[in-house]
Amino acid sequence: LIYCYRKPKTKRAKRFLEKREPKLKENTKNAMLIKGGNANLRVTEVLKDIYAVKKPFAVLYKKKNITRPFEDQTSLEFFSKKSDCSLFLFGSHNKKRPNNLIIGRMFDYHVLDMIELGIEKFVSLKDVKNSKCPEGTKPMLIFAGDMFDVNEEYRRLKSLLIDFFRGPSVPSIRLAGLEYVLHFTAVDGKIYMRSYKVLLKKSGCKIPRIELEEMGPSLDLVMRRTHLASDDLYKLSLKQPKALKPKKKKNISHDVFGTTYGRIHMQKQDLGKLQTRKMKGLKKRPAEKSAEDGGVSPKKSKSA
Amino acid sequence: MAAVRVEEVLAAAEEREAEKRRSVTVEKELELEFDLGNLLALDRNPPAAAGLRGAGPRREALLRALARDNTQLLVARLWELPAERAGGAGGPLVARLPEPAFRLPREKPPPRPRPPTRWEQFARLKGIRRRKRTSLVWDEQAKEWRRRWGYRRAGGDPARAWLAEVPAGADPQEDQFARLRREKRERVARNELNRLRNLARAHRAGTTVPAAPLHPTGHQSREELGHVTRVARVSTASLGRFQPRLPKEPAEPPSRSGGRKRRFEPLLGNLAAERSRQLELLRDMGSKKPVLDITRAVNKQLRQEEAEAAAAKGKKQSQRGKRGRRQQRPGRSSKKSGARRQQQQQRPAGGGTGGGRRKKA
Repeated sequence: LIYCYRKPKTKRAKRFLEKREPKLKENTKNAMLIKGGNANLRVTEVLKDIYAVKKPFAVLYKKKNITRPFEDQTSLEFFSKKSDCSLFLFGSHNKKRPNNLIIGRMFDYHVLDMIELGIEKFVSLKDVKNSKCPEGTKPMLIFAGDMFDVNEEYRRLKSLLIDFFRGPSVPSIRLAGLEYVLHFTAVDGKIYMRSYKVLLKKSGCKIPRIELEEMGPSLDLVMRRTHLASDDLYKLSLKQPKALKPKKKKNISHDVFGTTYGRIHMQKQDLGKLQTRKMKGLKKRPAEKSAEDGGVSPKKSKSA
Repeated sequence: MAAVRVEEVLAAAEEREAEKRRSVTVEKELELEFDLGNLLALDRNPPAAAGLRGAGPRREALLRALARDNTQLLVARLWELPAERAGGAGGPLVARLPEPAFRLPREKPPPRPRPPTRWEQFARLKGIRRRKRTSLVWDEQAKEWRRRWGYRRAGGDPARAWLAEVPAGADPQEDQFARLRREKRERVARNELNRLRNLARAHRAGTTVPAAPLHPTGHQSREELGHVTRVARVSTASLGRFQPRLPKEPAEPPSRSGGRKRRFEPLLGNLAAERSRQLELLRDMGSKKPVLDITRAVNKQLRQEEAEAAAAKGKKQSQRGKRGRRQQRPGRSSKKSGARRQQQQQRPAGGGTGGGRRKKA
């Protein structure tokens, strides 16, 4: 809005532009789900299911777009700019790469990371005949497997998946509303994504016992090509403005045992003029006072 | 008797089963890593690969068990967070989440602070602060509170103004309505021009890449075009030595360094100049007069210190003025530094006299 050569003429247009400009605390990332030129039924269903999970922070494009993200990223960037989406999921299918999903994210409307995954098995939302949780529930994310830490590509994939499925950042949650969990396991070069509905059962103590019920889309994925951002670009995108850092409170320190120590700075005090408790018994009587003076300044007697 | 014992054993076994079903503890080799702000748990334990290899319901069961264990741990952590009842005593139990710890890349780069506009600079200089105006104004005619501007404003609709007074010193034949319309158009145009100028200034300040003005945009200023032509002239293979000048372009003034930092005279050049230089050198070496005039040097130093103090104090107020003066200075500054350098070398000799003179002054 600040760098707009054309000032918006209506309040609505101004609000629209203000929503899209870079901010200190950013909006929730939107995802765009795009079908490639030859997307088959399976890929389309995957996109529809992920859209259902990510609603309302997702845009599902209905038409097929004939592009190849790994060769040419301009059309993806154009879409991202138009719909203000920084995450994308592109589905396609051909003989060489069957059931292909490209998951990626943008920085400043340019492609940052892209990872191509192949769908080996897919169980859709409607195939599992269980009760579902409401739309827009913030899911719990769990990543199992040491591959997600050891391998650089898997690490980026983990970061991408967290970014994708995280949902809005909230200050507090209703404990009873923790219904949805997405579990990713990396084993044997495959990534198993499962979604479960969480049932909280009574247990002896305060913490409830968890029972899981299979629900929602489950995918068996295999990693294919990757297009990861260079280290310095990635570092640049991670940079947070200083204003977001929590301000340190000075003169407060904490003990190992949890005691909080504070430090107060005082001005120099004149100890002679301190207001202390008055002990009436210790008050100087007039006789004692004159004795102390020692007749140095006796009362002036009127000379006759 | 045996039957009783069997029953006891069965009851005990059932009790243990029930306990296990209700238990909330999970045994894990490695502790999980939690990011409660994102409702995230990371399990580093390598999963049982053998069991997961075979496809089918067994794998699903194993995955589900693993997921159940991990979710149990995550929920246990979430339940430990400070919780309160939202919306009074009967409301739902709500836990306060900490800030998300997992570093994720931003969507867009953080916003850059924009440089202040001309008015903002002036206001800061003068100490003018923004007055908060009320949105409603009392309209005497309508006897009610009306908006300051917009639909049904306080002064009545300006389009319906049927009277325009002729001001004191104006031409009686002039059309006042036309004048008002023209003036409004001019005001709007001036406002827009100033806004675009502020924008251009901010844009220029933001992108301090020297390549930026080299793009032909059609909106370049005179200085930018001059700079661009100079750069273009020098960007040939022979560094601009054989570039013909444009018809009205002035000849390039000889640069002080000639493109080189150190320059040496040719060995067999001007004999007369060499002779005069050597004789001058001998003369200076023979004379008793000190090469450095202490008074001048000290006065120069004093003046420079005063100027620096004044600049530090009134930096904001006379910024433009100082900039003008500073541009004229580069020639003089080199001389000053030379004088100071010599002074430092000769200080032990001339320190006494210099100090004495300074006190007098």
